Amino acid sequence: MEWLERNVPKLVLAPSFVAILVFVYGFIAWTAWISFTRSRLMPRYELDGFIQYERLFAAPRWDVAMNNLFIFGGLFILFSMVIGLVLAILLDQKIRAEGVLRTIYLYPMALSLIVTGTAWKWILNPGLGLQEMVRGWGFENFTFDWLIRPDMAIYTIVLAAVWQASGFVMALFLAGLRSVDTEIIRAAQVDGIPTHRIYSAIIIPTMAPIFLSAFIVLAHLAIKAFDLVIALTGGGPGYATDLPATYMYAMAFSRGDLGQAASSAMIMMMVVFAIVVPYLYSELRPRRDQ
Amino acid sequence: MTSNTVLRWGLYGILILFAAFYLMPLFVMLTTSLKSLEEIRTGSLLALPREITFAPWAEAWSTACAGTQCEGLRPFFWNSVLMAVPAVAISTVIGALNGYVFAQWRFKGANLFFAMILFGCFIPFQVVLLPMAQMLGFMGLAGTIPGLIFVHVIYGIGFTTLFFRNYYVTIPQELVRAAKVDGAGFFRIFWSIFLPLSLPIITVSVIWQFTQIWNDFLFGVSFSGPGSQPVTVALNNIVNSTTGVKAYNVDMAAAIIAALPTLLVYVVAGKYFIRGLTAGSVKG
Amino acid sequence: MPILEIEHLQKAYGDTHILHDINISIEPGDFLVLVGPSGCGKSTLLNCIAGLEPITGGTIRIAGRDVTGVSPKDRDIAMVFQSYALYPTMSVARNITFGMQVRGVDKATQERKLAEVARQLQIEPLLNRKPGQLSGGQRQRVAMGRALVRDPALFLFDEPLSNLDAKLRVSMRTEIKKLHQDLNASIVYVTHDQIEAMTLATRIVVMKGGVIQQIGTPAEIYNKPANMFVADFMGSPAMNLIPARARAEGGQTRIEIDRPGDAPLVIVDPVARDLPTEIVLGVRPEDIHEATGNAHLPGTAQAASSDVLIEIVEPAGADTFAVTHLGGKPVTARLRAESAVQARQPFPLAFDLSKVSYFSPKDGQRLN
Repeated sequence: MEWLERNVPKLVLAPSFVAILVFVYGFIAWTAWISFTRSRLMPRYELDGFIQYERLFAAPRWDVAMNNLFIFGGLFILFSMVIGLVLAILLDQKIRAEGVLRTIYLYPMALSLIVTGTAWKWILNPGLGLQEMVRGWGFENFTFDWLIRPDMAIYTIVLAAVWQASGFVMALFLAGLRSVDTEIIRAAQVDGIPTHRIYSAIIIPTMAPIFLSAFIVLAHLAIKAFDLVIALTGGGPGYATDLPATYMYAMAFSRGDLGQAASSAMIMMMVVFAIVVPYLYSELRPRRDQ
Repeated sequence: MTSNTVLRWGLYGILILFAAFYLMPLFVMLTTSLKSLEEIRTGSLLALPREITFAPWAEAWSTACAGTQCEGLRPFFWNSVLMAVPAVAISTVIGALNGYVFAQWRFKGANLFFAMILFGCFIPFQVVLLPMAQMLGFMGLAGTIPGLIFVHVIYGIGFTTLFFRNYYVTIPQELVRAAKVDGAGFFRIFWSIFLPLSLPIITVSVIWQFTQIWNDFLFGVSFSGPGSQPVTVALNNIVNSTTGVKAYNVDMAAAIIAALPTLLVYVVAGKYFIRGLTAGSVKG
Repeated sequence: MPILEIEHLQKAYGDTHILHDINISIEPGDFLVLVGPSGCGKSTLLNCIAGLEPITGGTIRIAGRDVTGVSPKDRDIAMVFQSYALYPTMSVARNITFGMQVRGVDKATQERKLAEVARQLQIEPLLNRKPGQLSGGQRQRVAMGRALVRDPALFLFDEPLSNLDAKLRVSMRTEIKKLHQDLNASIVYVTHDQIEAMTLATRIVVMKGGVIQQIGTPAEIYNKPANMFVADFMGSPAMNLIPARARAEGGQTRIEIDRPGDAPLVIVDPVARDLPTEIVLGVRPEDIHEATGNAHLPGTAQAASSDVLIEIVEPAGADTFAVTHLGGKPVTARLRAESAVQARQPFPLAFDLSKVSYFSPKDGQRLN
């Protein structure tokens, strides 16, 4: 009875502990193991070195996927951050109807990426969408057919993704701006420092942790991006808009190549960890609260 | 006009322009879904419908073809409800208890386990996709709604635990101590003292989990069978159905139907939605 | 039979020792105050007594019963917390009765005890409110009410007044003292405020770095501090600790204190003492008087006087504090308000040698 009383907290955590251990860490180990085998349609467990990774890095399709990841990730993070920051600063100017505007900026985050992709696919389709509309206004030669051009389709994904996530970055930054000590800002105003200097020299530097958080979240979203590509371009034209996530999925479920699926998933995880681990480490380390 | 008021107008101008950018796709979806195919072909993308028709909505709801199945979104919508409700409830309850332990009943090794959970929140799910498919088959849950519930609960625990833990650490530890001196035990303290305090964070957790699970596509497309597909998968199938004429109005109606529950949650409880987003992303 | 008996208590987290060999024993009706700077282990000790923290070694007996491994609810204690720890979603009445409810006390008894305590603490009009609607002082009363209904063998108070403003703190202090007298309760009380300790306690435990420095009545602690730490910590302004040299001289003790720009100050203690050469002279500000010619100070035939240069004068209403420099340390004297002392002027001061303490500069221990 005494024992039970003392160990209730541990017993409560135990199922989650086992679940996380098996379904997160055990599964990662399993995937890692498979990535070192010659598994095809069915998992095989004899290790065979780095063969899958060699195949992966030799595959032109993977090459495209990684390239796309850097283009998409880079632009997506950049534009989301810039738009988010600008909107946050503009909204911070004692704006009437701030609540309404904020609600409008942020609602895309509540949508499924499949919905977002479906909507943008319709808007961007050259036949009846934006291009046709502008032509209807009299600009006969206007072309906006990125969706179907292999070299440009990836940018439509950037566009839709920025549309979806930039409002969220705005919310993060706005919360950050609001949390800056108002006394510091008053002191600066008393000192006669102009508003833009107050932002650039005082407020934004104190928001460095929020920049970092926003970056981490966006990078994480970029690497996991899957639904949006499926809905917007289906990875096409051809495999021009493949990302690692769609590559992995294709290998796992349509090509029946478990070895490739596993090795590409492992690479994805390593990219995520390269970004997240230092962040989590710095977040968790100084907290020795007693 | 002083330069200050010009600046002010410019400011509002930019803000409204951005609002238009964010609203445009929703507007296009809505107007397109209310137009006939004929009008779509002849009219402009941004034009209001000349003649409002609800036929595309009816079709999207009950007769549109997702792959070979032509029953509209309705059965899949209910699949999503049947999947999301239990998964949200279970993962929130587990998260609440976990968070309560982490915040108020620390023990040796708890910090390490918490770090493990936090870490688990960040893994790309691709890395568990293959073994989970095997495991679901092994458990006889492959292609079933209980299988999807199981998956969503497992990978939802991390976030719900994080939410509740971060909420409960702000409650002074002396409360638990006082209750211990009063003679209350682990569950009694949770039930009588912590649960009544938890409404805001329960709301955050429920909204977050609901949005995540309702909007999920990866698990849905990987682990569902023909009878258990969630609404996002069905929507994608309807849109990519290659049979017959491309019915954009039906696609848009279907997209709105699929988006409606989470959009509704956002409009009704936006405050908690944002809190979930920021809590889920900004540190522990 | 002692109401609380602690023997050889040890507490460590891994290799870090929080409490070293704690031995305390108090009688029923005692008001024991644990006092010390933050981090001295006083709150940890209280939590160990309550059973909220496990101990590494030793035994704790409450009312003669060994409770070392017993859980808090079975120790026959009640506790008042620093933050009051009122259950935020429960009414004041439920806060007070929650413990009885958990223990399955019948409704009628609950009601009777609640009414009793509410009357005693004058919180009857508050019973239906939530803690969030109460002022600091009211919360404090409710927290005490929660403890009182238990009618325990031992009350534990963890810095209960530290969250109140200065004025309220003084009036609550008086009330706690009154409560102690009315109930003849046994209390262990933690504070970092030495004035609180002096005014409330029947016995004081001074702690530092997890080690008990001295146990005694307030008067013992104040007048005969066991070491320089206690001397410095208890009393405000603090006791002056002046480095000096001592020499036995014909049945007397001659004490020399360096002072800047002048010959050393020499005072003679008429008692022969066995002191080392290097000492620290401890003298409280109120034991340094104005030397008024040949007029006798009340009861202080042993006064030794001399002129010193006054640096700062701080009038404080009832008293005037004069600061000078002796032995390389600032030295404060508490003088009468109407004293003619002036800054940057020499002034005759007399030390009441019947009340001084001598300390060893090596280990800080008391020598007389």
